[in-house]
Amino acid sequence: MEKKYWQSFGELNNSEAYQKSSKNEFKEDLPFDAEKGLLEAKTPRRDFLKYLGFTTAAAAVAASCEVPVKKAIPFANQPEEIVPGVANYYATTYVQDGDTISVLAKVRDGRPIKIEGNELSPITGGGTSARVQASVLDLYDGARLRFPTIDGKESGFDAVDKAVIDTLANAGNIVFLSSTINSPSSLEIIQKFLAKYPGSKHVTYDAVSNTGILLANEASYGKRAIPSYRFDKAKAIVSIGADFLATWISPIEYARQYAKGKKINDANPEMSKHIHFESVASLTGSNADDRYLHRPSETGTIVVALLSALKGEGINGIADAKLKEGIEKAAKTLNEKKGEALVVCGSNDVNIQIVVNAINELLSANGTTIDWSSTNNARKGIDADFAQLVEDMNAGNVGALIVLDANPVYTWGNIDKLKTGLDKVKVKISFGSKADETTQKCQYVIPNHHFLESWGDAEAKTGHYSFIQPTIYPLFKTRHWQDSLLKWSGDNNDYLNYLKIYWSTKLTGANAWDKALQDGVVINTSSISTTTAYNAASLTSAIANIQPPKTGIELQLYQKIAIGAGQGSANPWLQEMPDPITRATWDNYLVVSPAMAKSLLKIDLSNNGQSDSYEVNPSKKVVEIKVNGKSIELPALIIPGTHPETVGIAIGYGRDKKMGKTVVDVHDKPIGVNVYPFAEFINNTVSFDISNVELKLTDKKYPVALTQTHNLYNTSQGKRTEVVKELTLDEYKENTKVIIEERDKELKPFGGIAKFKEEGSIYKPFDKPGIKWGMSIDLNACNGCGACVIACNAENNIPVVGKPEVLRFHDMHWMRIDRYYSGDANNPNVVFQPMLCQHCDNAPCENVCPVAATNHSSEGLNQMTYNRCIGTRYCANNCPYKVRRFNWADYTGSDSFPNNQDELNNAVHYMNEDLTRMVLNPDVTVRSRGVIEKCSFCVQRLQDGKLKAKKEGRPLKTGKDGEWDLKVACQQACPTEAIVFGNVNDSESVISKVRQDNNRLFYSLEFLHVLPNVNYLAKVRNTEAEA
Amino acid sequence: MIIRQITKTILLSTIILFSAIYSNKSSAQDGKALFNTYCAACHKMDKDLTGPALMGSEERWGNDRKKLVAWVKNSANVIASGDKYANEIFAKWNKLPMTPFESMLKDAEINAVLDYIKDWKPASAPVATTDNAVKTAPDKNTLYLGIITLALALAALILLFVKRNLKKLSNETLGIQAATPIPFWKNKSYITLVVLLLFISGGYMVTKGAIDLGRNKDYQPVQPIFYSHKVHAGVNQISCLYCHGGAEKGKHANIPSVNVCMNCHKSITEYSGEQLYDGNGKKVDGTAEIKKLHKYAGFDVNNANAWNPNDAKQIEWVKIHNLPDHVYFNHNQHVEVGKVQCQTCHGDIPKMDEVKQFSDLSMGWCVNCHRETKVQFKDNGFYSIYEKYHKELKNGKLDSTKGITVEKIGGTECQKCHY
Repeated sequence: MEKKYWQSFGELNNSEAYQKSSKNEFKEDLPFDAEKGLLEAKTPRRDFLKYLGFTTAAAAVAASCEVPVKKAIPFANQPEEIVPGVANYYATTYVQDGDTISVLAKVRDGRPIKIEGNELSPITGGGTSARVQASVLDLYDGARLRFPTIDGKESGFDAVDKAVIDTLANAGNIVFLSSTINSPSSLEIIQKFLAKYPGSKHVTYDAVSNTGILLANEASYGKRAIPSYRFDKAKAIVSIGADFLATWISPIEYARQYAKGKKINDANPEMSKHIHFESVASLTGSNADDRYLHRPSETGTIVVALLSALKGEGINGIADAKLKEGIEKAAKTLNEKKGEALVVCGSNDVNIQIVVNAINELLSANGTTIDWSSTNNARKGIDADFAQLVEDMNAGNVGALIVLDANPVYTWGNIDKLKTGLDKVKVKISFGSKADETTQKCQYVIPNHHFLESWGDAEAKTGHYSFIQPTIYPLFKTRHWQDSLLKWSGDNNDYLNYLKIYWSTKLTGANAWDKALQDGVVINTSSISTTTAYNAASLTSAIANIQPPKTGIELQLYQKIAIGAGQGSANPWLQEMPDPITRATWDNYLVVSPAMAKSLLKIDLSNNGQSDSYEVNPSKKVVEIKVNGKSIELPALIIPGTHPETVGIAIGYGRDKKMGKTVVDVHDKPIGVNVYPFAEFINNTVSFDISNVELKLTDKKYPVALTQTHNLYNTSQGKRTEVVKELTLDEYKENTKVIIEERDKELKPFGGIAKFKEEGSIYKPFDKPGIKWGMSIDLNACNGCGACVIACNAENNIPVVGKPEVLRFHDMHWMRIDRYYSGDANNPNVVFQPMLCQHCDNAPCENVCPVAATNHSSEGLNQMTYNRCIGTRYCANNCPYKVRRFNWADYTGSDSFPNNQDELNNAVHYMNEDLTRMVLNPDVTVRSRGVIEKCSFCVQRLQDGKLKAKKEGRPLKTGKDGEWDLKVACQQACPTEAIVFGNVNDSESVISKVRQDNNRLFYSLEFLHVLPNVNYLAKVRNTEAEA
Repeated sequence: MIIRQITKTILLSTIILFSAIYSNKSSAQDGKALFNTYCAACHKMDKDLTGPALMGSEERWGNDRKKLVAWVKNSANVIASGDKYANEIFAKWNKLPMTPFESMLKDAEINAVLDYIKDWKPASAPVATTDNAVKTAPDKNTLYLGIITLALALAALILLFVKRNLKKLSNETLGIQAATPIPFWKNKSYITLVVLLLFISGGYMVTKGAIDLGRNKDYQPVQPIFYSHKVHAGVNQISCLYCHGGAEKGKHANIPSVNVCMNCHKSITEYSGEQLYDGNGKKVDGTAEIKKLHKYAGFDVNNANAWNPNDAKQIEWVKIHNLPDHVYFNHNQHVEVGKVQCQTCHGDIPKMDEVKQFSDLSMGWCVNCHRETKVQFKDNGFYSIYEKYHKELKNGKLDSTKGITVEKIGGTECQKCHY
């Protein structure tokens, strides 16, 4: 039987509404009322004449206008390193709440416009995430604080310094509260400050902490630290709720390592096996070879059961048969791969993590897949420290509170107690760069620089130093927070001086400082894994203290890959990025399983009528969620892969409106709901797993902007097998050529693979005499994280359209990541497929364009000429991949008629502010209303790369000898190197080698003979074949 | 046979002769080019500029070429060696050291420059170009064609009248009643004809006007400072790239910043050349214009050493060459890779006082050039990947005299300039 792939429930059931919707590229009808006929339509003859008259008059006026005088204003004193129109790249570091990624900032004419990964960093190898890519937009955020304030009134730095020094002198105990800081020089400055004020202390507070792991490691290994996990060395990976590809500790690093184990080649068809246990569908769970569902409260029991199963002592306390089978399978797999096995767990419970340590010890992971030679500094906060601080504040023991980056008023669960505590603190100082919830409570606000304006250093992992250098003069009256602390502790150095002095003793050799800044990274650690002595003393009591599973409905709060713990909530790029799992934008919502949909929402997905009304209608049923007397209302989305008795809600929403225009909707109400107050502080750690949840269906409805059912394409066969290809490891091992043979069979009537190009059509193929561009995407390496989507946004000036427009199917992303389900509808397998313009050599869009606005280049590019386009949209209709986007409105503010933007929401207007527009890439045209746009293969980069080669008088290099003249934006951003791009005509290029070496190669919808220039490598899943 | 022999000999000897002449000339040519690139910013032959006039410098140095070369390479060394003339001239020029050229020029190149200086003689007035002659030819043709057309039309009209009168006469003889004659302004055929003619000519003019919308050929705005390219690039032969260095490095040729102007105008504070006239024929005081620059730069002539480039204010020049935003144009590509001369697109700038837009910068103009211009197909290693073309050039399938044009390698495709 042919395997069925489905993107929506309608497609699974092949419902009527699905069949109807997949026929039309554009979902909206033309603005004519079909019943009444064209003449009685909304636009009658008189209106037509009015418009005709107006446009003629407007054109005449516009034509008679004088050509405006433009000025060319050169520098008064031109800096040596700036050549107008040529971009400079500066190595710097993205730092946010402990996340530390070495990056290069592309600076064009003095303004940073794009973030690229730093390939010299051994941690990320040049990979980035959606949030790293989007961080450049935060620099130009109009909601950033523009000057220091005292009690909300503008002030100067000197005045604030004087006032603060005076008050701090007799404020009593001072507490410096921050999220994780891993900058060695800054930590030294903090110590200096604390020494100056006796009785003061530093409290680290992470919104989503790893307290459980830190304390468990202290108990088991005597180190309060997070080791380096080596997913690349692991042949067997078991994760119990750790979303390590998306949000857990150091996801870019792990994704890169994980992909190494998943990349498979014909010569050596081996890959790692990943078994995942989770409660709410996550990105990591969706990438797993096998996924098992459990209640959040069952985590402890599962971990203990796994330990005993590994010891061969059998499994106790697991009622669910499937889950039990999963644990047995996990134990078997792990036992087979001892020394190459790794178990990670996302729980924040110390006892559970102690048991996980015991499991890893049993698997001899210590020293192999768990490396103690270098520990991870991403999260250092201990929840109990902050809880103690809240107690101290309430007891009146805190005289002054200095807050940096931490935002407990938004993220702490017991908000009332925190607020009363804060009121008792006399002096409150914030270094917040925006008026976030905590900063609003502070009298003194000295806004910190954005990282792209800062100097600094960071130590992501011990011995891995990364440097921060400014790429633009501070836009506003902001200051390094380190400067403030230095001043207040009586040090006359500014931070830059301090930093130079700090590193002068640590870096050796001439020009070492300059080199460190230029490279961005300094590595001072050995690459040999080390072990640490294990102490099993705490294990018995830990097992005894593990709570038994609960009953009833449970709630799990989770982080979205784009929004994180709330850091991405004010960034329109991140808000508009469809979540890889739910494919929703601009909201948080209640995630429920199909089973619960039936009982709670009264939606039976196997019933066509009900699934259609759920899917076709963007308005979703609203559910009331009640926990401990607190109650909120959220729309419900049905997401398979979620435990039937568990619901999930993303944190990071419901922000204060001072965070920016994009955190509120058109009615000025916050987007989504803040669910941090549901978090519980139990057993000295914050838990996001909540039991005793009451759910009640309301009769309200709320629209959610889902992109899942956009861009459908119904093939004549009505199957999805042509779009993605997937096979199991066993099938692949048996015959590595299975995909090629399948393709050859399909193409046999048209000459087979070898002659398909020539014989599949009556037209002759065109020559590509010099360069022919091509892309390859490895579906085994791609985990759907979305870094490429945001990189594409930033590189190509892709407009933000806002929620109302996404609801109308007007999303503009040039690149999307399609999510395909297959198998069990309650716990399906998932395939992520990045979909972009395939640059077909025989493109169906080209021959339907009446004005030749889209045509083909001799290098194989499907070109789009915006100025020729008259907006017929024939091309989009004729595109089998549905990758062409139409500018329905003036999203970019490039028209001269302001009324064209009337209906657009805050987010669009925000993106059109002068400040925000500084992020635009000057090499790419800003498209106006009424034209089609699509992926250009980053043609500006291609031209630039070619120019570089021409200037040096040598052939272009796309990966030959490891040298690259160009990388396209999505390829550069990808943390797993799933995307390879280059010149196919060059046999030495990486793309050519990938195509030669991989029998998994296939083209999406190949039988159409559109001859795409993008190929995919089929997904191989390390699991048993489905029955 | 004999004649062929003779022609062959003549041809050969001419070629040899010419090549001999040109090869002899080449070093002086290089010298001139090098002079313009490296020296002309500070030196003139017959006049003191930032540095001394160079005519006769070799004699002043006592014909000691070696010492002179050493001076050019690094003047400080020669001064330090205690050379008398070196110290004299150093003192004379306010101890302003000459830029050392050690790293930029080889000995042979310095010698070429010195040869050029030695042989240089004040030139007579430049010969006016005769491109007018080429232009008049097509004009004459159109004139003739016009006259012929008019004559023919007149003849046709006369014949028509003759025909009508003859018909009238024959009708009268046959006794057919002629209709009452209609005056010609009420004649429908005439009205139709006139309307048609008006429609066609009107349509032609509207279309032509519409096409020219936004095109600004010959645009010559008044600039904040009367900056004469003729004085700088023409008379003083400063290389274009000295000021517009961006053309070699990036997308924009860029207008020089004030500190670049001041490199020379710190010492050149007066204009003493030929009288300048603006576009309306009014006299322009060159010295006053230099003073304007000094004002922008915040430069005090009497206190030259106190000048700080950071005090300068930006000059708001009026942009002449405007391309629409949806066009990507890269100077670097054309100047460095394509080896296109600045004058090809910008006209004979060294002869313009105030610059005007020479080309219409229309898409047709761009495309035409891309169709006709050859790329450095054999010289630039980048094009080695076009194996097919290389083969076809060798086996004669492609006309090697025509070469590989920009169009041939995809230079007229949309996304070469629009993205």
